[in-house]
This record gives sequence, structure tokens and C-alpha cells, in this order.
Amino acid sequence: MDMQVAKKKLGLKERYAVMTRGLDWTPSYQKMEDIYPYIAYEGIKIHDWDKWEDPFRLTMDAYWKYQAEKERKLYAIIDAFNQNNGHLNVTDARYVNTVKLFISGISPLEYVAHRGFAHAGRAFPGPGPRVACLMQSLDEIRHAQTQVHAISNYNKYYNGMHDFHHMHDRVWFLSVPKSFFDDAITAGPFEFMVSIGFSFEYVLTNLLFVPFVSGAAYNGDMGTMTFGFSAQSDEARHMTLGLEVIKFILEQDPANVPIVQRWIDKWTWRGYRVLTLVAMMMDYMLPKRTMSWKEAWEVYFEENGGALFKDLARYGITMPKCAEQIALEKDHLSHQAWSTFYNYAAAANFHTWMPDEDEMAWLSSKYPESFDKHYRPRYEFWREQAAKGNRFYNKTLPMLCQTCQIPMLFTEPGDPTKICYREVDYKGDKYHFCSDHCKEIFEHEPEKYVQAWLPVHQIYQGNCFPEGTDPTVEGFDPLAAVLKYYNLEHGRDNLDFDISEDKKNFAEWRGQATKNI
Amino acid sequence: MAVAAISKYEFAPADTQDKFHGARLLYIGWEDHLLFCAPFAFPFPPTMRFGDVVAGPMQAAFGYHPDFAQIDWAKAEWFKSGKPFAPDFDKSLAENGLKHKDVIRFRTPGLDGIKGSCS
Repeated sequence: MDMQVAKKKLGLKERYAVMTRGLDWTPSYQKMEDIYPYIAYEGIKIHDWDKWEDPFRLTMDAYWKYQAEKERKLYAIIDAFNQNNGHLNVTDARYVNTVKLFISGISPLEYVAHRGFAHAGRAFPGPGPRVACLMQSLDEIRHAQTQVHAISNYNKYYNGMHDFHHMHDRVWFLSVPKSFFDDAITAGPFEFMVSIGFSFEYVLTNLLFVPFVSGAAYNGDMGTMTFGFSAQSDEARHMTLGLEVIKFILEQDPANVPIVQRWIDKWTWRGYRVLTLVAMMMDYMLPKRTMSWKEAWEVYFEENGGALFKDLARYGITMPKCAEQIALEKDHLSHQAWSTFYNYAAAANFHTWMPDEDEMAWLSSKYPESFDKHYRPRYEFWREQAAKGNRFYNKTLPMLCQTCQIPMLFTEPGDPTKICYREVDYKGDKYHFCSDHCKEIFEHEPEKYVQAWLPVHQIYQGNCFPEGTDPTVEGFDPLAAVLKYYNLEHGRDNLDFDISEDKKNFAEWRGQATKNI
Repeated sequence: MAVAAISKYEFAPADTQDKFHGARLLYIGWEDHLLFCAPFAFPFPPTMRFGDVVAGPMQAAFGYHPDFAQIDWAKAEWFKSGKPFAPDFDKSLAENGLKHKDVIRFRTPGLDGIKGSCS
């Protein structure tokens, strides 16, 4: 009788080869260029796809197992947080506005990243990057889902996040993150990988996730902190993928270097402009601060990013040239951004406020060169006016930058008293920019940006009113119509925090939780 | 073709003058007054008198600032695309040579914001 011998399991390396490289084949009755139409037009030359080294030798079965474990832990904590009324344990209700910013500004980007990586993965002829993109694509859709699930608890109690997906496509300031990703997913697959995989994930993601997640922890928001930690363990893998992509492209052909450098310059700048939202969150929106925007920029970009670019120097890649201007803006960015949202508090889905005296002292200590001189007088004036019942709500729409779509709030490099204006004439029309970098991005590909959906211009064209609105009737109120189009309820979802339902309810609910009334 | 693409890539600009129902966009910024976070965008008919822009929409947009009431318009300095510009208050925007998406700025010497902070 033959003895049954258990079949030897595949070794890790063999299993990996079967589950990734083994999935590939060479087409026999279709042309490669028909199957992979996007691979050549950007000018990137790849000679040997097998030179791709996978940063993580992760296979799909291992991915499923590993992520399922993480999800179980995450949802257990979210459930505990919800059942324990965790929302009442945050520092104060101003904090919840950071969650509103996250759900409407960031979570929809996770979903677009999922689509982008799925598309890029489909476009690459090499099985290595295809599998890596597939994993990241799955991560990104999970991130969107877990964020929605964690944050929906707040939506039961607080205003402004009831329709974040609808708002993402419409609300004026959300055109900034939206246009960033629209730009990336409508680029070629290599540019997408450099823009999101490298510039955003590797160079800038720490500036997004660390302040948000540690901000959540500092302010008692265990739900957000937990999804942040769950996502952050994936981000490490994404960062490694981003770095691997760029090294692979650079090592394949020296002709790729200038193309990649241009993309790094462009996307570091575009990503940094989106992070304007994070800068003001760190310095103004967290009742308990973790570190200033300026400190975060110095640690995560100037030190960490500086080391990264030193490492890439051997390929001929240099530090993005925008770094010089960003260094000049780091003393001003968060104050200018917060001033803008204070101006337009009637049209956003979250509340704004003036910092109190202690907070001004903190800002002054973190920004000794700029705060007292340039921003404190403005804030004290606004605070005095608000105390007199004359809170400033700017009702005139701002001029926007054609590329980043942010209101033209940025000042000249080195002169924080002068707005930076740049313009270009293209085919008989004028286009305006907030900076040399946004202007240069436009000039390189004007056809891409002349189509930009600029919220202010769309409002003036009459495209941002609910269907059936007649703007010619007597007494027509355009702002009211635009807020309806956004699905924002005036007086509830917007205006100053001091008069908000959020503030009032939070005080009452917390009172019930801690007092015997 | 001003963009790398796999096929023809041509799209109409989203903000040409014909899309604004007879109005033209004009951007106006007040130098040294960053209480207003950015220059403003306005849709105006080209036949509108420049003086009416100042007295009407500009008063509404900038009037919150205590400096606005103190402006001596005879002394105001104007710039169009950053170069000196001399608007005629009695003429229309078109007669002043202002086209769709032009940007003008004005400076009001002696008025430099809240406590001189350019706010």
C-alpha cells in the first residue's frame, strides 16, 4: 500500500511568483498597443517590466486575511465609541468641524484614488505594478468606507455632513481637493503614479494623516483616531509603492528623468496647495493643538522630504523648486486660510470662529515673525465687530486661481502684505493664477485647465441653482439659491460657531452626561 | 496640441464671455486691505458706468472696512494687470477699455488697513 505523503506547500517566494507573475501572459492575437493604449504617449520609456521589485511581497490571500483582522478591530472600536456616546468626550464642539472637513474634503478623494489606482493598474503591461496597484485600489475604497462609517456617528448629532458626496461636487472650496484628483486621474498612468503614489502619498501624506489622526487623539476622538491608525498602516505600504514606482521609472531610461522631475514639481505644488486646509485645521480648528503647521512642515517636508530628495539625487532628481516659496509661506499659510474661511463662513458646511486670547498667545508663540504683526490686528477687529453684533460675512465672491481653484488669497513670496497676481493670455482669453507655480502648470498644458469648473464663474453663469430656479424673478436671492444647490441649510450648517446649534447642543448634552439635572 | 494625449484633445474654455448672459467678469482688489481675503469677481454689463461700479457694488463689497468711507477717490491709484491705469468714472467699463476677465486694483494712499497692518 502506498503511503500518502502530504504535498509540500509552496514556499513563500514560489507562492508569490504564482500569485503575481504567474497571472501574466503574452497576447497572441491582439497587439500589445491595443491592449495597453495609455502606456507610450506620456513619453516614459520602460525596457524591462521584470525589473520591477515589489515593495511588499503581499499576495491577495494574505491581503484578505490581514485586512479582515484590522477591520474587525476597527469596527469593534467604532461600535464601542458610538455606544458610549464618544462624541461627547471630545475637547469641545469646535473640534467636530475638523471631522466635517475630513468627510467632505478628504474621504471622497479616497474613493477617487481607488478608481485611479484601478485604472493605472489596468494600464500597466507589467504584472508587478498591476498587482501592487490592485492592492492599493482596494485599500483606498476601504478607506473611503471606514471613514464614512466612523464619521457617520457624528452626523447623527452635528450639522454640515449630511450630504458630503453631493457637496463634494458642488461646494466652492471642495473644488480644490476635487480638482486636484480630477487632474491626477485624467493624466496618464505614469503621471498618476508619480502624482498620487509618489508626490502625495510619499512626500505629503504624513502632513495630512499625522496631524488629523494625532489631532483626533489629542482631542478625544477615538473613532477617527482608530480609522486613522487602520489607514496609516496601509499608507506605509502606499508610500513604499510610490517610491518603488519612481525608482523603477528612473532606472529604466535616462530620458524619463526630466519628465518625472516636471511631474514632481507640479504635484508637490498642487498637493501642498490642497494641504492649505490641513494648515488651518492644525493651527485653528483643533481646540487642543498638537503642533503648528510650520513645525509640521519643517519636520515632515524639510527634514524627511529633504532626506528623500538627497536619496533621489543619484538619479538626477532635485528638490521640487516650489520648496523655496513654501518656506516663505509657512509663517502665513494657516492664518491666510483661516481668514478666508472666516470671510466666507456663510457658504461653507462647517463653522468658523475667532481664536480666543489663549489661542492667540499660542499662535503668537508659534509664529513670532508674523502673527502679532500681520494677523492679530485683523482678528481683534473682527472680534470687536462680532461683539457689537456686526460679525463679518463676506457676500461678494472671490477671484479664483485657474489651476488650484483656491481664492487668490496668497501673498507675494517674501511680502505678506501684497496679494500675488499672475496672468496669462491664451487664445484670446485671460487666465489668472495665485502663484508662479500655478501659472507654469497652466502654461505647460493650457488645454487641460481652460476647462476648469471654477465655482465662482459657474455661479455667475447661473449653473449653481437648483433645477427649475428662475433667477429673473423679483427678489431673487442668489446666495440662498446657491446654498440650496449645495444642500446646505442656512443658519444651521454655516455661520459662526458661537451662534451654532452644534455649540448649544454639545453644551446641553455634555451637561446631561456629567450633571444630575 | 498643448497637452499629451492619446487622441485629439480639444475642449472649449469654460468661462468665455458668451456664457455670462451679457455680463463680463471684472476682478477688483483693494491693495493693503487683506481683511478681504482675496480680490473680488464681479459680473458687470460692459455699458455700466465706472463711477456706478465704485458707488454701488464696490461700496457693498468693501464698505465693511472702516477705511472705505475715508477714501478720497481723487487720490486713489489704479492698476490694470499691475500697470498704472486711469479710469474715467463717467465712462462705461467698455469705454475704459475693460475686457472680460480683466483685473484691476486700487491703492488708497494713507489708508493702510486696521492699525496699519494692511488688513
